Amino acid sequence: MREGTAPSTMQAALLVAKKDLAIEFRTRTAFLSALVFALLGVTIFYFAWDSTAVAASDLAPGVLWVIFIFAALLGLQRSFGSELADRAIDGLLGAPVSRESIYLGKALANLVFVCGVLAVTLPAVVLFYNLPLDRGVLALSGIALLAAIGLVAVGTLFSAMAVNTRMAELLLPMLSLPFFVPIVMAAAQSSARLMAGRPIAEAWPWLRILVAFDIVFVVACTLAFPFTLDE
Amino acid sequence: MAHPAFVTPEPIATASAVVAKGLSRVFGGRRAVDDVSFELHEGECLALFGPNGAGKTTLLRLLAGLLSPSAGLCLVGGASLRSGPAARAQVGLISHASMLYSTLSARENVEFAARLHGMPDPVGAARSALTSMRVLDRAETPVRSLSRGLQQRVSIARAIVHVPRVLLCDEPYTGLDEVGSAALTEALRERRTSGAALLLVTHNLAEGLALATHAAIMRRGRFARYEARGDVDATSYATEYRELVSVDA
Amino acid sequence: MTHASATDLAPPRRPDALLGIALAAVVGVYVRAWAFTPIEARQGAAQKILYIHASAAFIALYLAFVLLAIASALYLWLKDEKLDRVAESAAEVGLVFTTVVLITGPLWGKTIWGAWWTWDARLTSTLFLWFIILSYSMLRGAVEDRARRARYSAVLGILAALLVPFIHLSVYMFRTLHPMPILLKPSTPSMSPEMRTTFLLAFLAFTLLFAAFLRARYRVATLRDLVADLEQEAA
Repeated sequence: MREGTAPSTMQAALLVAKKDLAIEFRTRTAFLSALVFALLGVTIFYFAWDSTAVAASDLAPGVLWVIFIFAALLGLQRSFGSELADRAIDGLLGAPVSRESIYLGKALANLVFVCGVLAVTLPAVVLFYNLPLDRGVLALSGIALLAAIGLVAVGTLFSAMAVNTRMAELLLPMLSLPFFVPIVMAAAQSSARLMAGRPIAEAWPWLRILVAFDIVFVVACTLAFPFTLDE
Repeated sequence: MAHPAFVTPEPIATASAVVAKGLSRVFGGRRAVDDVSFELHEGECLALFGPNGAGKTTLLRLLAGLLSPSAGLCLVGGASLRSGPAARAQVGLISHASMLYSTLSARENVEFAARLHGMPDPVGAARSALTSMRVLDRAETPVRSLSRGLQQRVSIARAIVHVPRVLLCDEPYTGLDEVGSAALTEALRERRTSGAALLLVTHNLAEGLALATHAAIMRRGRFARYEARGDVDATSYATEYRELVSVDA
Repeated sequence: MTHASATDLAPPRRPDALLGIALAAVVGVYVRAWAFTPIEARQGAAQKILYIHASAAFIALYLAFVLLAIASALYLWLKDEKLDRVAESAAEVGLVFTTVVLITGPLWGKTIWGAWWTWDARLTSTLFLWFIILSYSMLRGAVEDRARRARYSAVLGILAALLVPFIHLSVYMFRTLHPMPILLKPSTPSMSPEMRTTFLLAFLAFTLLFAAFLRARYRVATLRDLVADLEQEAA
């Protein structure tokens, strides 16, 4: 036997992400509960408004993104639980991979999780709220992906912190929600334009905020992650 | 160094696998590890004894690169653990916690560790590590369904899968049955003869001295004794150890 | 380890002179604002609340929050506990000033805008700033280990500083009806000279108050950490 060469940042991140998704696939509890939560939320929201006073298409963007961030929080909540249970994170930290790649791997797995929830919630909203979405589907998926990236970047970092605190379940939403404000506003505003059948150009200023948010916080959270580890 | 007892005994082999110089770690106001210096060469084994809270686990975590020293430095294979991830590749750690993912199978856990270390053949490496710990027949069982002792064996397989040149063992015999203990001893001997340095933390003096080339007693974050195994009289060591430790009690 | 000496541990025998001066200055400014500054023609007496409102807003956003961000970034770099205490103190005093902004704003708004609350850009930004500092304080309270608490809160402090421009931009794009600051624009003489002087004096007085609060809070943090150190050594 001979010694191997340490994996690159991207290779290590993919390994960590694949491992996390394997764990999630094995149990499926978090994904299913996030999914059920999202679908329940979509239906409950419908009855919270008077459908004769408010058009469904006006309601839909808000419903979609509010439900989405809360469902995503359910997924982010468990992100670091598996690492701490038997100190498996020590195995990661002791391996010849950078701290940043561990963060990127966890975030990537969370992104897949969140996109999975979106992939069901989005059609559900379109279906239940009777949205005429013949040509905007692709653009809406793009917005969803941009929103998911920023949300997961911040959420993964805070999840790593919250799991080591006294009130993890409460602290993660407390820390994350202010950071989700620009995401929800930008995603809701731009998808509202699309759902109302307006041209994509009208959504452009909001999309720029989303893109800028993603860039800034993916970089900042990747750099900040090593500081959340006890060393 | 201040105390003549801390002088490094004559090395058996030439290349030094682990070097600790003035290693210290402070937690808040507590000095968990306080100015520890020693050197281990390839093929050597240091048995480290000491009461609970003496700082043994902290020392091991410093040497594994999981903690950063407050002062001093540690070199593994000549490279500083703080210089980058590469130096960590040479270290294997068996700790109190299993470091396993309970929902994944034994094989998946060990293969994942092999991949993280960039082993060229992770499947084969995992297989041979599990074989050496004699748990290959349970390889596909999720870790949470394994007994405590079998989990410990998988955990050891995880720690040795990348064939580390430095193996840090924190009470590795805990929870192992006879088969497991024999497998571990054999694995440790195999690692030593192929040139790895071992650091073995244990409460069992006989167990530790059986494998050791050096012995040290840790107390209040410091090495209270440090000598070559040849200078240790196994029968009187136990009494001396108890005397040394009873000062704290 | 930053050990303060035993003399630092003793509670200050003299009363806090800086705090006394600052409080006197605040009272003085309000006497001037109330009795010796003309009433604004369109807004009436309600305008007088702006002396405290605008000053507190300036201090919360530009002093407390910027100090929090800088101290946080420096902490991650230098790992000096003093910087963590500065960040902690800036956040807590900033929270007080932001709360003042959020209380005085609606009082003024009810009279002038006719509503306690409007989702105007500045109001909304301030509200979110308040939430952020609040969650910062909650985070501090939820972490036991001191070094870990310092690192976590420094990370949050820096990320919050990055977040504020995004919040401000997005709520601004949502809509705005807040009066733009007119104080330091000499081209638009919409304020009488007396009012402007009172405003500047109010800024100074409240800045002094901020400094005094900050120092007092910092001392509390230092003593608390010292006590924790001594307790640990005794154990």
